[in-house]
Amino acid sequence: MTTALIRARGLTKRFGNFTAVDGVDFELRRGEAFGFLGPNGAGKSSTMRMIGCVSPPTAGELSIFGLDPVADGPAIRARLGVVPQEDSLDVELTVRENLLVYGRYFGLPRPVIRERSDRLLEFVQLADRAGDRVEPLSGGLKRRLTIARSLINEPEILLLDEPTTGLDPQARHVVWDRLFRLKQQGVTLVLTTHYMDEAEQLCDRLVVMDGGRIAAEGSPRELIERYSTPEVLELRFDPDVHESAAEKLAAVPAQRREVLADRVLLYVEDGDAALAAVRELGLDPLTSLVRRSTLEDVFLRLTGRRLED
Amino acid sequence: MTAQTAQDGPAATRPAEPAARPGSPPAWSFAVRQLRFWLTDYRRTWRGSIISTVLNPLLYLGAMGLGLGTLVDKHGLARLGGVSYLVFLAPGLLAASAMGTGVGESTYPVFGSVKWNKTYQAAVSSPLRPRDLFHGHLLFVGLKLTMTSSVFLAVAVAFGAIRSPMAILALPVAVLTGLAFTAPIEAWTVTRTKDTSLAVVYRFGMIPLFLFSGTFFPVTQLPAWIRPIAYLTPLWHGVALCRDLCLGVATLPSALLHVGYLLVVLGAGIIAGDRSYTRRLYV
Repeated sequence: MTTALIRARGLTKRFGNFTAVDGVDFELRRGEAFGFLGPNGAGKSSTMRMIGCVSPPTAGELSIFGLDPVADGPAIRARLGVVPQEDSLDVELTVRENLLVYGRYFGLPRPVIRERSDRLLEFVQLADRAGDRVEPLSGGLKRRLTIARSLINEPEILLLDEPTTGLDPQARHVVWDRLFRLKQQGVTLVLTTHYMDEAEQLCDRLVVMDGGRIAAEGSPRELIERYSTPEVLELRFDPDVHESAAEKLAAVPAQRREVLADRVLLYVEDGDAALAAVRELGLDPLTSLVRRSTLEDVFLRLTGRRLED
Repeated sequence: MTAQTAQDGPAATRPAEPAARPGSPPAWSFAVRQLRFWLTDYRRTWRGSIISTVLNPLLYLGAMGLGLGTLVDKHGLARLGGVSYLVFLAPGLLAASAMGTGVGESTYPVFGSVKWNKTYQAAVSSPLRPRDLFHGHLLFVGLKLTMTSSVFLAVAVAFGAIRSPMAILALPVAVLTGLAFTAPIEAWTVTRTKDTSLAVVYRFGMIPLFLFSGTFFPVTQLPAWIRPIAYLTPLWHGVALCRDLCLGVATLPSALLHVGYLLVVLGAGIIAGDRSYTRRLYV
């Protein structure tokens, strides 16, 4: 037997004629933070729901803790924590009541729930709102409460579907910080995201998904090294000369050249040297930026499209 | 690759999860966990609900039973089986208000859980299965019906509208009548995506039944061709048996027939709900 915590082989999910997940393979080990990175509609959420045992696979194999999600759903779910994409809190109840109700679903005794609630609300920095109704809380606070709720059963695996979508930058950083601490505590994290910075921040390993398939797999660093160059030169031209400039740039030695609607990207070893070469050609970009390669560049390379479009 | 062929038919692909594994808690305890949720939820609203629970029978028995009843009684009591209108009406209203509670609980609260708050979606990420949510809610509605029907009976006794101690058996019959509406309607509600379709249940279902199932006047007053339709409705069976019990004239065969009919409707509703809950929440 393998030591994989979650194992998928040829995992497929179809809705009528539409194939949301098209035969994906992956394996997850205990204690790692694993990400599904891809644009909306890539099949990330469908994959997560199958792992969460609330969506029976159409075909292929899936095992979680070595158990079958269809036959052993309740036993698996007892050991999972789930942070869904859409908040599913009971907004009529208070913060603490939400944890109580959810803890009862897991058959936990009241004193245990009370003790864990105190600890979890402290952890997500909501202790001072414990008695408040959920309805008026901000999106960031609701998301933190959802995370607290997902931890009430002390799960071995935490599933997070787009954990920071819709949050403002400050709220996102709070969530990332808490998730990072959970990872330090040994909780296995599985998350989907279409934010490359989120994937880079949190994931030890990730798969890039597109059109229901896995396009690549590795650590953020490995993926960048494999599919991109150390540096990227981003150039923006006057829209009138954008196309002609883009053509002339073919003369600049670069591993790859991407012409986007508003920018031209040159994938190079040394961005400053490339910029000097651009100037030597007599081209005068409105703006120029030398930066490190990111997962966004990996995605662009693999799919020809940008992540957040 | 497994299950490749069974796909695309939405119903066929969802094998039921086993009831229980060795060492795991019994299946019924999962439904009780969901019952606890509804009780927690009810703690917020019970005060308002108690008021209407007491007020409704007072108003209806006062206005229709006493007010309208004095007019009706002047025209002779033969068609009502020789009893005053109040005595005729009270057991009918007991069953009809159980239907009202049963329908009310099976529509907006269920729709809200699956569509607005999505608390059902949250709950199926715990060990609970869709059918546990369904059964837990039925348990809650059963408790609520027991409470509202008890209050109704007590008010009816205070009005002097109850003739026989056999009326105590009308309590479980009223609860069963309410549940015979809750289960099938809830099975349907959980599949809905728009709340506007719920109004149809009231407009074309509950209100006609309320008026024409023998609550306010005997079904024999209806044209002969329409009577069989009344006899098919669960409410008529609930009304007829509650009335027989409250008047002390119930016989075992007819009681078994009425209860049997209501149980069949309830059972069919539970089977349908087990499926539709699973289909809606395991996608």
